[in-house]
Formats: sequence, structure tokens, C-alpha cells
Amino acid sequence: MHGALLKSPIFYQKTLMFSVDLIFEAVLFGILLGCFYAAVSLGLSVAFGLLDVPYVAHPALLILGSYFTFVLSQTGIDPIVCGVLLMPVFFLIGIGFYRFYYETFEKRSSDTGVRGLAFFFGMSFIIEVCLILVFGVDQRTVVASYIGSSLEIGDYRFPYRMLVAFGIALTLTVALTLYFSKTFNGRAIKAVGQDEGALRLMGANPVKIKQLAFGIATAVNALAGAMLIIVGPVEPAMDRIYIGRTFCVVVLAGLGSMSGTLVAGLVLGIAESIVMMTFGASWAPAVSFGLLLLMLGVRPQGLFGR
Amino acid sequence: MKYAIYCALVLLGFLGVSTLGGINEYVFFAGFVILQFVILATAWNILGGYAGYVNFGVPAFIAVGAYTAVVLFKSMSAPLLVQILGGGILAGALGLGVGLLTLKLRGIFFSIATVAVVFILETVVNNWRYVGGATGLQLTRPQDLWFFDSYARMLFFVMAVLAVLSVTIARYIQDSFLGRGLRAVRDSEEAAECSGVPTLKIKLIACTISGALMGIAGAPMPMYLSYIEPTSTFNLSYSISALGMPIIGGTSHWIGPVIGALLLATLQQIVTVTISNELNVLVVGVLLVLFVVIAPDGILGLIKKWKQSSK
Repeated sequence: MHGALLKSPIFYQKTLMFSVDLIFEAVLFGILLGCFYAAVSLGLSVAFGLLDVPYVAHPALLILGSYFTFVLSQTGIDPIVCGVLLMPVFFLIGIGFYRFYYETFEKRSSDTGVRGLAFFFGMSFIIEVCLILVFGVDQRTVVASYIGSSLEIGDYRFPYRMLVAFGIALTLTVALTLYFSKTFNGRAIKAVGQDEGALRLMGANPVKIKQLAFGIATAVNALAGAMLIIVGPVEPAMDRIYIGRTFCVVVLAGLGSMSGTLVAGLVLGIAESIVMMTFGASWAPAVSFGLLLLMLGVRPQGLFGR
Repeated sequence: MKYAIYCALVLLGFLGVSTLGGINEYVFFAGFVILQFVILATAWNILGGYAGYVNFGVPAFIAVGAYTAVVLFKSMSAPLLVQILGGGILAGALGLGVGLLTLKLRGIFFSIATVAVVFILETVVNNWRYVGGATGLQLTRPQDLWFFDSYARMLFFVMAVLAVLSVTIARYIQDSFLGRGLRAVRDSEEAAECSGVPTLKIKLIACTISGALMGIAGAPMPMYLSYIEPTSTFNLSYSISALGMPIIGGTSHWIGPVIGALLLATLQQIVTVTISNELNVLVVGVLLVLFVVIAPDGILGLIKKWKQSSK
């Protein structure tokens, strides 16, 4: 009888709520999760945050990256290597997307808002349904030596797959931050985000620079997709929940800030992890969307926005 | 006046069809869905087409209508019309709420916020035992058929009345102060504000009406299926259809969404029956992208062009 009470979910939840130790564990896990969320949002942070393109298809391309990784890894290649190999392909996809968006919407510049949004929204559904038609609705996973085992430090266990994702996430963030602050092209991308007209007066071609930025944003998404399928099973309809997570991170960060993206990812990761521990996993999807709504209502310029 | 006569004739036709014997019941089941999309497309167009604010969260409004109906039915076995009214009021309130929160911001933020509302409400419903939680809830239809032979026929006629009502509202708005204001907002929000158009106020009114109509379209759903369940109710595929139909039909005139919805929803029904359910989302997606790129003014725009060139 006593045992049954201890195992009952309600009792379990009550004790969890007040246990400092478990909160600490939730925060630790949240940090790993948060870096991962930051990494999957980096591409959107460039495309939407810096360039102001309503890139709603970003999460669908993320899932596409996961599925490409899945197919490539069938040949025995390590999933991370697959992600890196996919980067040039996605770079070209990104360039194609922007070129098309520019020719059909920005150049004609009539009513871009509605049509651009409808275009990217339609594209994300097309990608999702094609994935369903090719792979079915089943969940897919990849195999690698670091998936399934954990690193144990004292009482805490860190799954290696999360640590791998953590590593990739940090590398990507640092690399992009450096690229945007140190290199000529990176600075040009930042400049085009700030004032396109001024850039044109300086003799640079804003369309070419935006195209490059879009390529980079989508290439980063390929590696992020590989990371997604390393962290857990992937199914075609998963892009819908990632609309919330990626846009939440980008809005929270204040459009277009790379280091802000990392911090915002951490905020979301920790919040989601704590909610999962205290209220249960079924409340997790509401966290990112709730945070997003709250942010839009209270401080739409983001935590680090001007 | 001419419009009123047309409406009366259309309704009489629907009444005739739904009381006539010898028609396969499936016609009414499929007809219900097609009429539902006429309402959804028309409702979407009031904000999306006239004002240019894209609502991605259509299922949230449908679900508010549907779950309000469920609660009203389960708690006090309210009749269908009360369920529809209740669903419309609450969905309108949701529209006002989302509008107050995000319509001051740029369009994309409104769009993302509406997606957020879908997922937040779905999570709440998943954890709400009274309405069945994630597993859903079976409902027993009342035996109240008025003078129809079956429940499907009655719901079909009710939906037809609601569809005509929605189209009438959209038509009225189009030429009213509200519609002209919304078009000014779409063309240039700053210019509209400077010319004294109360932009925020009219956007809020449009968002409320649009939400309420979507709620009305969703409210008869639980009775139609005699079952309710969150995953299919909160399915984002409703969004792609509800925004695809007006854009394909033409957003500038009230008849555009009606044409788009009738054509596409019928096509979807055929595809669902003959091929598969996934494919009907693909059909709308591909057509939407094609139209947005090649014929941005929709079927109405094509007709206009064709008329001009043949003169």
C-alpha cells in the first residue's frame, strides 16, 4: 500500500517540485537541451532575424536534413559526418530558395508579406507530405557508438548524444559569431540586414550578399538536422513543433543576434526541462509557444534587442 | 436586393436537396466538409485577404468552437444552435485576444502567434480530462432531427445556412467602412494611419469577426463525427487549406474564397476517397505555391486578364 502511494504519479510530482537536487538536474539537462535548441535556430536567426525573410520553411528543412542524414547513414557513415557532407547541398538549396524568393516576390515587391508567408508555409507542407509519402509516418533513428550510452559523473548521468549535440551547437555558434564579426562577407551580411540602401550606395550588391547569407543559414540547418536525429527519433510532422521552438528562440534573442540566440536557447531549454520534470512531458510543447506569445506581448524586440 | 434573392434561392435549393429522398448519405457527409471550408476560407479572407494579416492558426479557432460545443453539450445538453452560438462567441473572443496581443506588431509576428495559440490550446486540451484529454470523447447525438430524415442531412443544411451567412457578412464588410479601411491597411499601414483610419481598431474588429466565423464552422464538428479528439481537431492542415483556398480563388473579392473553397474542397474529397489523405494536403500545397508564384491574383485575376485580352 505504501509502495503504491510512492509510485503514484501525483505523489511523485509533489516531491519532485520541492526537491532542489532534481531541479539542479533539470537545469543541467536544460543547458544541454538549450544549446541544442540554439543550434537548430541559428539558421532562422540569420534568415529571419538578420535578413527579415519570413522563412517559415526553416523547421521543415531541418527535418529534411534529418531524413537526408538518415538515408546517408544507412551506408555506414557517421551521422555527424553525414551532416557535414550535406552542408554544401543545403547551401545550394538555400541559394536556390532565396534566388526564387527574390525573383518572384521581393523584386515585384507587391504585397510581399502575404505571398511570401503563404509561399514558405506551402513549401513546408510540401516537404512534410513528400517525406510522409517516401518514408511513411514511422519514427526514424540513426545508429552510432555514442547513441544510447551516457557519461556518469557522481550521481549525474549525461547521455553522450546530448553531449555531442552540445559540442556541435557550441562550435556552430562560435563559428557563426566569428564569421559575422571578423570576415568581410560576414560583416557585409550584417550590414545588409541593417541598411540595404546604404550598402547599395557603397557599391555592393545586396542580392548577392543576401543569397550568400541564405545559403549559410540553410547549410547550418543540415548539420542541425543531423544533430536532431542524433538526439532522438524523427518523424515527418515534427517540423510543426519546431516552428514554436525555433521562432521562440529567435524572437527571445532579439532578431539576428548570434550570442543572443545561444542565451535564448538556454532559457527555453531550462524552462522546458523544468516544466517536463514538474508537470510531465505532455506539457512540454506549450512551453516554447507560451514563452513566444509572452515575449511578443511584453517585449517583442527580444531580450537583447535594441 | 438582387443578392438577397440569390441567397434565398441557394438556401431553398439546399433545403430541397437535403429533404429529397434517394440521395446517398455520403453526399451530405462530403457536402458538410465542403461547406465548412467555404466558411473557413471566407472567414480567413476577412483578415488575410482584405487586410493582409496571415492567420496560420485556423485550427485553434475551429477547436475553440468544437470544444465549446462539447462542453455545452456535456454539461447541459445544449441544443445545436446554442452550441454554435457559444462556439462563435468564444472563438471571437480568442480572435480579439490574439489580436490585442500581436496586431500592433508586424504581420509575421501575428502569424507566428496564431501558430503558438494552436499548440498551447492543444496541450491544454490534451491534459483536460473533462473533454476526453488526448484519447478523445465519444458523444451520443440527440434524436432531434427537425423534419430531416437523418442527422447528416440536418447538419448539411445547418452548414449551408451558416455558409450563406458568412459569405453575406464578408460581402457586407467588403464595401463597408471596415473593408475600405482594411484594404488601406494592406496597401500601406502608415499611409492609412496618417489618413485617419483607426488601423488597430479595424484590424481587431476584423480579427474578431474572422475568429468567430471559424468557431462557428468548427462548432457542429463534434455532432457531425459524434466524436472529438485533439490531434485531428488541432491539425495544421486546416491552416494550409483555409489560406490556400482564398489565395487560389482570389482574395480581393468576396466571391474568390467561395470559388476557391468549392473547387479545392471538392477536389480534396475526390482525392481523399480515390487516392489518400496525405495527398490532399499535397494538392493544396502545390496549387497554393503555383498560384502564389504564377497567378498571384488567383482565379479571379485570371478571369479578369482573360476578359481584358478577349476584348
